[in-house]
Amino acid sequence: MSVLVYIESEEGKFKKASFEVASYAKEIANTSGTTVTAVTFNAQDTSELGKYGVDKVLAISNNKLSKFNAEAYADALKQAAEKEGSKVIVLSQSSNSKYLAPILSVQMEAGYASNVVALPESTEPFTVKRTAFTNKAFSFTKINTDTKIIGVSKNAFGVKEKQADAQEEEFTPTLSDEDFTVKVESVDKATDKVTIADAEIVVSGGRGLKGPENWGMIEEMAEILGAATACSKPVSDMGWRPHGEHVGQTGKPVASNLYIAVGVSGAIQHLAGINAAKTKVVINNDPEAPFFKAADYGVVGDAFEIVPKLNEKLKEFKAKNA
Amino acid sequence: MKILVCISHVPDTTSKINFTDGDSKFDTNGVQFVINPNDEFGLTRAMWFKEKQGATVDVINVGGPETEPTLRKALAIGADAAIRVNTAPTDGFQVAKELANVAKDGGYDLVIAGRESIDYNGGMVPGMLATLLKANFVNNCIGLEIENEKAKAIREIEGGKETLTASLPLVVGGQKGLVEESDLKIPNMRGIMQARKKPLNIVEPTQPESRTETAKFEKPAPKGDVKLIDPENLDELIDLLHNEAKVI
Repeated sequence: MSVLVYIESEEGKFKKASFEVASYAKEIANTSGTTVTAVTFNAQDTSELGKYGVDKVLAISNNKLSKFNAEAYADALKQAAEKEGSKVIVLSQSSNSKYLAPILSVQMEAGYASNVVALPESTEPFTVKRTAFTNKAFSFTKINTDTKIIGVSKNAFGVKEKQADAQEEEFTPTLSDEDFTVKVESVDKATDKVTIADAEIVVSGGRGLKGPENWGMIEEMAEILGAATACSKPVSDMGWRPHGEHVGQTGKPVASNLYIAVGVSGAIQHLAGINAAKTKVVINNDPEAPFFKAADYGVVGDAFEIVPKLNEKLKEFKAKNA
Repeated sequence: MKILVCISHVPDTTSKINFTDGDSKFDTNGVQFVINPNDEFGLTRAMWFKEKQGATVDVINVGGPETEPTLRKALAIGADAAIRVNTAPTDGFQVAKELANVAKDGGYDLVIAGRESIDYNGGMVPGMLATLLKANFVNNCIGLEIENEKAKAIREIEGGKETLTASLPLVVGGQKGLVEESDLKIPNMRGIMQARKKPLNIVEPTQPESRTETAKFEKPAPKGDVKLIDPENLDELIDLLHNEAKVI
C-alpha cells in the first residue's frame, strides 16, 4: 500500500525535482499511515533518497533503460506499483514524467491529475488543487479511481527533509520488445547551459530591447546569477532568439524562484506562462506596462542604462556573498 | 496517408478567465473561442503532408454544437472532413476514449493532438489516446517527417531535443516547432467558402466514465502592489531580493 514515487536521474544523479516529489509522497504516506517506495532507473547511489523520506528503493539497473523511454519506463513503474500494492503514484512534471504519466494512467486504469500544486485537500474523496487556464486559475480535481497518479508542479511543494531508511532492493521488471518500438536515435542537449525548467532564476528579454544585438547584457546578467535566459513571444517570432527560449502560454512555463523581465510589456499570455515564478522583477521604461501589475518589484526607466548598472552591482554583491 | 488531427475548442489566449454557478463552470460569456494553439501547429503540419506527400486530413473534436465554428475553421484551413463527437468533454480520459472509439475504425496512420489544451492544461489526451489505440507515441513533438511508413520525430526535452524513430501508426503530442508560427495557415475566402460544403459528421458518444472531475475553480488571490525602485538606487533592489524575497 506504500506511496510510489518515480525518481528521475540523469547520468546516474538525481534531479532536484525528484527530491521534491519524494517529499510530497512522504507527506501523503504520513497522513495515510504508510511508507514511501521510490523507483530509480540506473541510479548510482540511492542512499541520498533517505533524506527526503524514502523508506524503500526499488532500484532498476538495465542497460536498455539507459536512455529514457516512456513506454518501457511506464511498464516498469506499473510492475513496481503492482508489487508494492501502491494506490498512489507521485511523479514530477518534467517532460519525461509528462510523457509517461498518461500511458501509465491508461495501463493502470488510474485517474491522473497533472500540475498539482498542493497536498490533497482531502483523501475521501481524493481531491487535489491544480493549475488550469495556464495559471490564470486553479481547479480542484477529484480523482475517482482506486489508483491515483499525481503530477506535482515544480517548486509548488518544495524539498522537505525527513530522514528515513531508503532500503535498497534490486528490482527487475519484465520488459518486452513492444516497450521499445519508439527508438531514441540521438539526444542533443546543451550541457553547459542552465535550462528554463531547472533554473532557480530566469532572466528574460522582450521587444523593448530593440534587437538581437542587444542581448549581451541579458546574457551577462544570467551568467552572474547562474540563471537561464528566456524571451517573450514576439522576440522568438521575429527570430531574435531561439524558440526554446520563448516563455508564456504557448511557450515554456516558468516556475523559478526569481524571474527578471527586461523590456517585456507583460501581455496576458506572457504573464500566464510565468505566473508560477515566486518573485517577479520588471524593468521597463513604460510605467503603464501591464507587467507592473503582476510584478513584485519594478524599476521604471531605460533598460539600456539600468541593466549594465545593475549587472555591476550584482557582480559586487556576488563577490561579497560568494 | 490518412491523418487525424484532434482539435480542442478553447478560449482565446487573451481571454479573461471567470467562473459561474458557484465557481463550478467556466464563464463563456463574451469569450472568443479558437482552435487550441498546440493543435493549430499540428493541423498546419498535417496540411504540409497533404500538399507535399499526399494525405487526407480529418479533424475531430469532442464537444457540443457550439464547437462547430472551430471545426469549420479547421476545414477552411484545408482539412478534408470533420467529425464531432456529440458530448461535453468532462476529463482527459473520457475525451481520449471517445477519440479512440472513432480513430480505431478510421485506419489512420498518423494522429496529431496538441501536447495540452490551453484551458484545462491536462496534457494527457495524446498519451492516453496512443495507449488506447496501442499506437506508438511521441510527446512534445517539434519536428516530424514520415517516409516509407517510418516516422522521424523530434521531441523537445529540458535544455535540448531528442530524435526518435517509430513505425506507423503514430500519435504525436504537438506544439510550436512542428511548424513555425509564421507558417501557420490562415483561412482565405476560398477556403471558407469550400469549408461550408465539406462534410461535418456527428458521431454519438459511447459515454465512457470519467476518472476525474472538477469540483470547483478558484481564481488566484489578487497580488499586492508592485514595489517601485528608483533607477538611481539599484542597491535597494539587490537588498530587497536578498533580504526580503530571499531569492539571490
